Amino acid sequence: MALEPFLRERLARKPLLVMTHVVCGHPSFEDNLRALEVMAEFDVDMVELQFPFSEPSADGPRFVRANQLAIEQGVHTRDCLAFLARAAQRFPFKLLMMGYYNTVFKMGEARFVEQLAAAGGSGMIIPDLPLDEAGELRRLAAERDIDPILLMAPTNTDARLARLGEAARGFVYAVARKGVTGGKTAMDEALDVFIARCRRATRVPIGVGFGVSSRADMEFLRGRADIAIIGTAALAAWEAAGEAGLRDFLAELLGAPQGQGA
Amino acid sequence: MSARCRRPSPMSVFDFPPGREGYYGAYGGCFLPEILTSTIEELRECFRACKADPAFWREYVEVMQSYSGRPTPVTYLDNLSRHLGGARIYVKREDLNHTGSHKINNVMGQGLLCKRLGKTRVIAETGAGQHGFATATMAARFGLECKIYMGAVDVARQRPNVFWMENLGAEVVAVEDGQRTLKDAINECLRDWVTNMADTHYVLGTACGPHPFPEMVSYFQSLIGSESREQIQRLCGRLPDRVYACVGGGSNAIGIFQGFLDDEGVELVGCEAGGLGPGPGGHASRLAYRDASLGVAQGYKTYFLQNEDGNMLETHSIAAGLDYIGINPILAHLWEQGRVRFEAATDDEVREALRLVMRSEGLIPALESTHAFARAIAEAPTMARDDIILINQSGRGDKDIFTVADAIEDRAWKAFIRTKAEQYGA
Ligand SMILES: Cc1ncc(COP(=O)(O)O)c(C=O)c1O
Repeated sequence: MALEPFLRERLARKPLLVMTHVVCGHPSFEDNLRALEVMAEFDVDMVELQFPFSEPSADGPRFVRANQLAIEQGVHTRDCLAFLARAAQRFPFKLLMMGYYNTVFKMGEARFVEQLAAAGGSGMIIPDLPLDEAGELRRLAAERDIDPILLMAPTNTDARLARLGEAARGFVYAVARKGVTGGKTAMDEALDVFIARCRRATRVPIGVGFGVSSRADMEFLRGRADIAIIGTAALAAWEAAGEAGLRDFLAELLGAPQGQGA
Repeated sequence: MSARCRRPSPMSVFDFPPGREGYYGAYGGCFLPEILTSTIEELRECFRACKADPAFWREYVEVMQSYSGRPTPVTYLDNLSRHLGGARIYVKREDLNHTGSHKINNVMGQGLLCKRLGKTRVIAETGAGQHGFATATMAARFGLECKIYMGAVDVARQRPNVFWMENLGAEVVAVEDGQRTLKDAINECLRDWVTNMADTHYVLGTACGPHPFPEMVSYFQSLIGSESREQIQRLCGRLPDRVYACVGGGSNAIGIFQGFLDDEGVELVGCEAGGLGPGPGGHASRLAYRDASLGVAQGYKTYFLQNEDGNMLETHSIAAGLDYIGINPILAHLWEQGRVRFEAATDDEVREALRLVMRSEGLIPALESTHAFARAIAEAPTMARDDIILINQSGRGDKDIFTVADAIEDRAWKAFIRTKAEQYGA
């Protein structure tokens, strides 16, 4: 099923969906797999698999380190695609490639889309590829039912948001604040206004990410956004205490597991 | 207004075809996260307005004259020319700028632009420290808050510049990610910028990165080329046969080359860091050696030293300012068009060339600039005696005293450092 209908169907029974994040090969693919199992226990709806890149200039310190360590361990694009294929077989949630444009560009857009589709990926989140440069990739992706996810930012003008909203497929990734990944985001009036601006600009579901890390954040997002995007905080939990750490973190955030795991 | 204050005439490389703004052939573009879209648009608009305003250029030239000592002279190197027995060698003296390199040209230009933008804080990356030093100077002069990001490896090898930046009031941050060199400092600047764009201008130091930076940096550096063209004609009665410039990101090179782009008889030679020689990981030569491939990183599309996954390779150069993975997209285009020839000089060739230039002419070029000398020295003997070579001496070498002392095993210097260390106490 394509991404948007999948999300719509889930939104009919859950008020706020969840997308989580793992950095491929960090600390290892075996750890990644165990992390995904925990995420499945909590009935997470989507997971973005970050393909490590040597120049992750939109990421904060924790993801920067994770990218670097993964590369040092010899993680290649083909390993990430193979892992995605394995995960797609095993879990009910949708999987998205997340990474930087050079990873796609270097393999060749057509080949990358082909392999991502063959592996069972549903979308791609590429923060350094603006809409204006994404024409050919979007055309190729559309042919293979892959949704290139667009980001919306609080610094965007209404005109820009409208353009992005019009072009959006799958869902929109609303960046909750200025800055890089990690760190704290104030769940406040300004964010409320921004989410409302995004909502007016598009008809696809809206995910909100950057700094989502507590139960209070989830409560704030419920009724405002469609998807809570959890990145750095989950990696921090894993790095601090592995599987148990991630489970405790997700339990705190989402309540007890729904028991619909793999 | 004298001819050398002339505003750069719009050149064909900057006449973008419809829908291709910021592209030079296949290279360039603007690949930034959405959060910076408004900021970069604001910058593009401001730069457009500055270009259209003759008063802006006049003010810029006036600042460069009164503050940085422009125009910098062109010096004939009689001893070196005779020693090599070939072409006559002239040098454009960007080392005589305030702060000791061409970097100040771009920095003062962007500083004036920053004031127009109404921003109160500047950030910059630096490799050799020359760009950071120039930016700290500009910030002090214009009353701006200033933060400089510098790879930890470069902080260690270019301490004198760090010392001056800090004393000029800038905060210097040693970047510990990645290879801890120039590219990592650029990433850190981008991270700062996505957070603080409301009051902060990013003074990118070379003609790389997202549009409009390559064009804007070239615009300010074009002073080198327009002055040189007039000076060499005055001195020699004609244009040079070859112009040599070192290429890190590629700002001093595009600066001087712009003066001669339309002169078909002038051969333009870009000199990259050959480091330890060809082969991945041992150098920073993107075009002269064949280890680079097309990619998109740090906001633009160009040739990068990268592996098959698109992850960047280690680079190496004796000169911190050339130790970079990517290259000016305008130069990549001109190379592809056959307009600019690319060569590399190895660390060893650079050490040799430096010794020769110091002893024969009393000039101390920066290790970066010495790459251009090294190629000119290699080629001059094969040229005729009435041929003319022009080298861009992009900076002075005082800052390299530690590196050079190591390279030439200077015992007296090491003894001095030991004594100094003892004085400071263990
Ligand atoms: C003296 C000098 N020359 C050249 C360079 C290389 O930069 P670009 O290629 O942009 O001129 C640097 C960079 O730090 C430098 O300090």
